[in-house]
Amino acid sequence: MAQIFHRSANSLARLSIIGVVVIVSVLLWAALEMQRSPYATYQDVAQAQPVPFSHQHHVAGDGIDCRYCHTSVENSSFAGIPPTKTCMNCHSRIWTNAPMLEPVRESFRSGKSLMWTRVNYLPDFVYFDHSIHVNKGVGCASCHGPVDKMPLTYEANSLQMEWCLECHRAPEKFLRPRDQVFNMAYQQPSSDNKVKFEGAEYTDQLALGNELKHRYNIRTVEDITSCSTCHR
Amino acid sequence: MREGPEEKTILQDMPWPDEPPVMMPGQTYGTVTDTIADAVLKRPIGVGWLSGLFIAGMLVMVLLVAVTYLFIRGVGIWGIEIPVAWGFAIINFVWWIGIGHAGTLISAILLLLKQTWRNSINRFAEAMTLFAVACAGMFPLLHMGRPWLAYWMFPYPSSMGVWPQFRSPLVWDVFAVSTYATISAVFWYVGLVPDFATMREKAQHPLTRKLYGMFAMGWRGSARHWKRYESLYLLLAGLATPLVLSVHTVVSFDFAVAIVPGWHTTIFPPYFVAGAIYSGFAMVLVLAIPIRKYYHLEALITMRHLQNSAKVMLATGLIVGYGYFFETFIGMYSGSTYERFMLQNRWFGQYAPLYWALILCNILIPQILWFPKMRSNTVVLFLVSLDVLIGMWLERFVIVVTSLSRDYLPSSWGHYAPTRWDWAIFLGTIGFFSAAMFLFIRIMPAISIFEMRQLLPEAEVKAE
Repeated sequence: MAQIFHRSANSLARLSIIGVVVIVSVLLWAALEMQRSPYATYQDVAQAQPVPFSHQHHVAGDGIDCRYCHTSVENSSFAGIPPTKTCMNCHSRIWTNAPMLEPVRESFRSGKSLMWTRVNYLPDFVYFDHSIHVNKGVGCASCHGPVDKMPLTYEANSLQMEWCLECHRAPEKFLRPRDQVFNMAYQQPSSDNKVKFEGAEYTDQLALGNELKHRYNIRTVEDITSCSTCHR
Repeated sequence: MREGPEEKTILQDMPWPDEPPVMMPGQTYGTVTDTIADAVLKRPIGVGWLSGLFIAGMLVMVLLVAVTYLFIRGVGIWGIEIPVAWGFAIINFVWWIGIGHAGTLISAILLLLKQTWRNSINRFAEAMTLFAVACAGMFPLLHMGRPWLAYWMFPYPSSMGVWPQFRSPLVWDVFAVSTYATISAVFWYVGLVPDFATMREKAQHPLTRKLYGMFAMGWRGSARHWKRYESLYLLLAGLATPLVLSVHTVVSFDFAVAIVPGWHTTIFPPYFVAGAIYSGFAMVLVLAIPIRKYYHLEALITMRHLQNSAKVMLATGLIVGYGYFFETFIGMYSGSTYERFMLQNRWFGQYAPLYWALILCNILIPQILWFPKMRSNTVVLFLVSLDVLIGMWLERFVIVVTSLSRDYLPSSWGHYAPTRWDWAIFLGTIGFFSAAMFLFIRIMPAISIFEMRQLLPEAEVKAE
C-alpha cells in the first residue's frame, strides 16, 4: 500500500512545532506592542483643528500664561476651553483680516462655539480633577509635555493607567513648588540647577519631592492608588 | 504497564459470582477493533442520530441568539440584580464544571489505580469533560459586563499597570479552569493518537485517511513508540490526578472565602468535590446507557461498568449527604444568629420547595442504588442519573440564591427569578454539549480501541 503522506511530511511536522511557538509568540508580542503604540493611544499624534492654533506661538512666543485661557484649572475638575471672546480680546486688534482666523471671527459673529478636536482623551470611567493636581504641585508640563513647543497640540503621554500610576505610586519623583506649576521652563532640581522652596535650596528631586509631599498634605500612596480614588 | 498474568486474571475473572465481566467473552483483536471503528467508518448515518443532532443544533441556535442579544443589551436581560448578582451564570458554571470531573477521575485516577474496567468508558468520559468544561467556561465570560475584555483576567504586562487580584478566588478560578481544560484536552488527544492510527489504516476514503493520518502524527505502533507512549500517558495521568480534587476545591472557594452565611464553611471543598464526581458519574451513565444501546456496544460497555458507576454515585452521594448534614449541624451548633436564620430560610423561606426537592433528588431517591436489582436495571439507572443531575443543579441554585437573597441586613434582601434569557442560555449550553457529543461519536472512536485490546487474553505476554 502506498504511503499516505510524502516523506516531507516528517520535516513539516517537526517544523510546525517550532512554527506554532514562533507564530504565537510573535502575535503576543505584536499585541503587547500595539496596545502601547500611538496607533492605540494617539500619543504624539497632532490633531487637525478647525483653526491651526499654535501653543508654541502663544505660550513661548507671546508669553501668555496657561490660566489666561484655561481659567478654571485651579478650582475645577475641568481646565476650561476658552470662549471665542478670549481669542477676540487680542484678535479684534491684531491679525484682524488673517484668512486663517476666519472661523474664529465667524464664531464670534454667530455666537456658535468653535468645535475643537479633543487631544487629551480620558475614558469616562476615570474621575479626573485638574484642580487637585495643580494645587498639590503637579506641573502642567508633567502631564501635557512641552506645550510651549507644540505648533499643533498633541497628546504628550499615553494617558494609560500605568502612566497615571507611575506618579501616583511615587509622587515625590514629580512634584514641584506650587509657584512653578505654570512655569513651562521649570527644570527638576540638580546640582547645577538649585530650586528654592520656602527659603531652602534643593539640589535633589527626592528631597524636594518628599518635603512637598509633607507640606502639601499629599495622601498616602495607599490612598491615592486605591481603585475608588479614580474609578468612583 | 498493565501487562502481567495476575492483572489479566482479575480482569477476566468475576470477583463475585454474580458480577458481570468487563468484556463479554468471545472478543478478539479483530472484533474489538471492528465494533468500535465501524461505528464511525461503516455505519450509515441513521435517522436517530440525525434527529438528535438536529434538536441539539436547534438548541445551539437558541444559544447563539441568546448570546447575541446578551451582547447587545448586557446582563440586564437576565434575572440577576443586587443582591443576587450571580444567579444562573454561576449556578450553571459550577454545575457544568462539576460534571466534567468524572471524566478526569475515570481517565486519570482509575488508570493509576489500575482499574482496568475504565478502559471502555474513559474515551467518551474525557470527551464529556472537555465539552462540559467548554460549557462551564462560557458562563463566567457571559456574566462579565464586557466579555470582550475577558483577557484582563490573565496576568500579562498590561498598560493598566496593575495585575489581577491574586488574593481573590475568582482569579484562582481562571487558572484552575484553564489548566483543567488544557490538561483534559492534551490527555484526551494523547489517548486518541494510537486509535487515530487504527482509523487511518481502516478508512477507505483517501481524504478520511489523510485526516486521521494527520492527527495520528505518524504513529506506527513500534515498540519504541509504545514505550514512550506509556510513560507519557502515565505522566499525564499523574498531572491530571490532582486536578480532580483541586478544580472544584477552587470553585468552592468562590463561595467559602466570602463571608455570606451559608457559604463561609470549611466543609465546602470536600463536599463540592464529592458533588462534582457525583454529578459527573450521573452524566457518564446518562450518556453511556443510550450509546451502548444504540451502537450495540453491550459487549464492551457491560453491566459491570454501569454498576461500578452506580456504586461510585452511591458513595459520593452519601458524602454529599454528609455535607448537607454537617452544614445543618454546624449552623445550629455555631449559635450564630445569621447561620441559624440561613437554615430556617432554606427550610421554610421563599426557596424552600427547591431545597426539599434537592434533598429528595440527591439524598433520598439515589438510595435505591443499594439494591443490586436496581443497579442492574438500565432504565432505573438512567432515571436515577437524570434525577441526580437535576438534584445537583438544584443544590447550586439553593447555595447561590438563598444565601445571596437573604444576607445580614434585611434592608438589602431581595428576590431572584430567572428570565427566559437565563433559560435560553442554559438550555443552549445543554444543546451545545449534546451536539458536540453527537459529532464526537460519529467522528472519533468513542471507546479506546488500543486499551480495550490490552484487556484481551491475546495481549497477555507469555514468558517461555
